[in-house]
Amino acid sequence: MMLLASLLVVLGMALTLIRAVRGPTVYDRILAVNVYGTMTVMLIALLGFLAGRPDFMDLSLVYALLNFVGTLAALKFFKHGHLGEDR
Amino acid sequence: MSLLVDIASWLLLTAGGCLMAASGLGLVRLPNLFARIHAGGLADTGGAALLILGMALQAGWTLITVKLILVGIFLFFTAPTASHALAHAALLGGIDPDATAEGDEDEEDTSASPPRRS
Amino acid sequence: MFSPRTISLFAVLYGTWLLLSGIWEPFLMISGAVASLLVVIIAHRMDVVDGEGHPIDLTWRAILYYPWLFWQIMLSNLQVLRIVLHPRLPISPVAGWVPAGQSSSVGLVTFANSITLTPGTVALTVLEDRIHVHALTQGGLDDLRAGEMNRRVCQMEGNRP
Repeated sequence: MMLLASLLVVLGMALTLIRAVRGPTVYDRILAVNVYGTMTVMLIALLGFLAGRPDFMDLSLVYALLNFVGTLAALKFFKHGHLGEDR
Repeated sequence: MSLLVDIASWLLLTAGGCLMAASGLGLVRLPNLFARIHAGGLADTGGAALLILGMALQAGWTLITVKLILVGIFLFFTAPTASHALAHAALLGGIDPDATAEGDEDEEDTSASPPRRS
Repeated sequence: MFSPRTISLFAVLYGTWLLLSGIWEPFLMISGAVASLLVVIIAHRMDVVDGEGHPIDLTWRAILYYPWLFWQIMLSNLQVLRIVLHPRLPISPVAGWVPAGQSSSVGLVTFANSITLTPGTVALTVLEDRIHVHALTQGGLDDLRAGEMNRRVCQMEGNRP
């Protein structure tokens, strides 16, 4: 059953990737990458169960943290044109 | 009893996976950016919550469940922040939230480059 | 320094450390305590251990609020799922202002977060007394304007709406 759920998540990731490639605006791409990251977090956790290695859960926790920071950094860059250095 | 838990977790996992796939489908099908944000929320909230519940039922009362719940709490508090930041940035970037239908192929190329704001 | 707020912050940090490591050796447990203590001291010096940074006075009412929010999220998930799977995509996107009656910034952030968490509605701009909301259907915006969620967040905040 973990396998079925993983396959469904991978299907969702493939569809999300279509949106990331097609755009058309930069915000569509950031949205797609953000959702892709959420799906990756869940896929890593599911793979931990599939492989019988519970330490994967730490990876998924760290990926959740990184994904959030990455999205905010990309948004800040596209909103202001820089990441906050003095002008 | 264990069979019951297995069935419940199977249902939760399948429903969560379906929500994830539906979120991807919505991202592809919906016509404009602000409508797509709602489809993204499908994966961030419902899909993640159901998958985490299903996996927690499989893991039982262990540290794995604690970590799963931490992942869930973390997603629960960061996902809306990211969505709101995205929506606000798109609004400032000049994308009209009132537009009901917009093609998604080759128009709108003016906003594909980062807007330079002083 | 030793207010209930800093002590509870230390407890939360140290509990997270212990649960994430899962190894019960004296060395790791002591270094966890030292690390948590350092974080609490630095946060105290930065003046961020206040009602916004660590709102412990909301804990019990928040525990009552979040299950209701979770149920609402599941209901609106079903609605958005139906729209996405519908062959003709019956969406009617609208953007409008929704009044927000919260008095503290924690309450306002909770309300805006709850709006964004429920699929089908996204907070675009947050002001002191109202929130600009984009909704996938007209019905979603009307539900918010009916004020059920606003009332419950006010209740969680401890104010009469």
